[in-house]
Amino acid sequence: MDLLALEPPGWGGNLLRGLLNSVIIAVGAFGFGLAIGIGGAYGKLYGGPILRDLLEVYTTIVRAVPELVLILILYFAGTDLINRVLEALGYARIDINGLVAGIWVLAVVQGAYSTEVLRGAILSIPQGQIEAARAYGMAPMLMMRRITLPAMLPFAIPGLANLWLIATKDTALLAIVGFNELTQETRTASGQTKAYFTFFLAAGVLYLLLTLVSNQIIARVERWSRRGMPSVSGSTR
Amino acid sequence: MNVRTASLAEFAARSPWLQPHRILLMAVGVALVAAAAIFMRWDWLPNYYGLALQGIWRTVWILVVTCVLGIMLAVPLGLAQAAGPWWLAMPANAFCTVIRGTPLLLQLWLLYYGLGSLFPQFPWIRQSDLWPYLRQAWPYAVLSLTLSFAAYEGEVMRGAFAGVPKGQLEAARAYGMRPFTIFRRIWLPQALHRALPTLAGETVLQLKATPLVATITVIDIYAVASRVRQDTFIVYEPLLLLALIYLVISGIIILLFRKMEARIPVRLG
Repeated sequence: MDLLALEPPGWGGNLLRGLLNSVIIAVGAFGFGLAIGIGGAYGKLYGGPILRDLLEVYTTIVRAVPELVLILILYFAGTDLINRVLEALGYARIDINGLVAGIWVLAVVQGAYSTEVLRGAILSIPQGQIEAARAYGMAPMLMMRRITLPAMLPFAIPGLANLWLIATKDTALLAIVGFNELTQETRTASGQTKAYFTFFLAAGVLYLLLTLVSNQIIARVERWSRRGMPSVSGSTR
Repeated sequence: MNVRTASLAEFAARSPWLQPHRILLMAVGVALVAAAAIFMRWDWLPNYYGLALQGIWRTVWILVVTCVLGIMLAVPLGLAQAAGPWWLAMPANAFCTVIRGTPLLLQLWLLYYGLGSLFPQFPWIRQSDLWPYLRQAWPYAVLSLTLSFAAYEGEVMRGAFAGVPKGQLEAARAYGMRPFTIFRRIWLPQALHRALPTLAGETVLQLKATPLVATITVIDIYAVASRVRQDTFIVYEPLLLLALIYLVISGIIILLFRKMEARIPVRLG
């Protein structure tokens, strides 16, 4: 138990720092993924034929190839590409911050899933609402902000909640490219002290707490997003 | 001649694949593949051919074994949560929550490093007949992937068992079927039918989880690609080929499940 102490002889502080890194990456990846997803869903629904096909290719490939492989490809290719562009422009090579790389790699993965979730959610809105907004002469951005996004939220939340939980757990994969998030810190700590069970169980508890706290928040957000709607049969207790 | 072009155009209009922009995109895709084949380095391929086939075989083997074992574990888990008494439902629910709430990589490392470091301390384990297996990595890989699949699928099966219309079960009881017969003939098949579409997605997710076993020294196809990268310092080519292999395997999984789904009679109301 002393091994988990927060002060330096113990490794508790490292684990908590790892957890913080994991949460930052998850929040960043989920946020950017959501932005990609909104763009992707609009493109798939209202875009031209070529855009639609390209988005289909994007979502299909990302959802069929393991995250681990995608992370490696995007990690190497992304850092390489940026450095080549910098060299071509006459700048020195830079070391890509692991945090930034992790966020953008996971965001590309999350974006594909949230595209599908949001597309389904937009299709579940009674389309009369969107037609009415258009009939009022709302500009597309205003319509998105006032009508489409709030109206689709209750349909999207279960899917998005799942995605958030996947995002928190996918951060563990960044341990393989050597980023110091919770799993990597755990491995370092347990390798140093040989107390494998203690540390892995502690990290498991931390992840579990993250999930359980998220579930509570999600339930609250879902109730808020459904305010004023008639309750769907089965979801009421 | 005129008639022929007209019918061709009509055919093109009806087929989703022969529209002008699709043809253009396919041409671009073919050009990209051709460029990759010509301009990238593939000379390492003959050296690693056998190893790659072995890796693919091991990936598929792990996928199939863990999915089958996982389903077998998921059925009681789902049943316990859907209809069991509280002292069965609670542990099943807790198991699903814990497994679904922690990353698979962590579970894998907990089992491999944790159990792997614990077992050698007990002489009776080292002297048992199982020891040659417990010293290898794959039993831990299979165990943790199975538990993970069982937890996710147990949740699906819970919904599927609960979703079978009560009238069906009541009718079966009215016919005088015994509980186990009801389960075998009515409840389980209908629940499996309901779970099948989700099952396809879960199986693809399981395929995407298999490369994690490479981190505990199981040589699957992902580990082979990593070894090529380390041996030859070629970064992109093995990774792209790897992505293609996984794409093909998930395509096959989706096709197989579509075939299975097509065999189930559907009555739309």
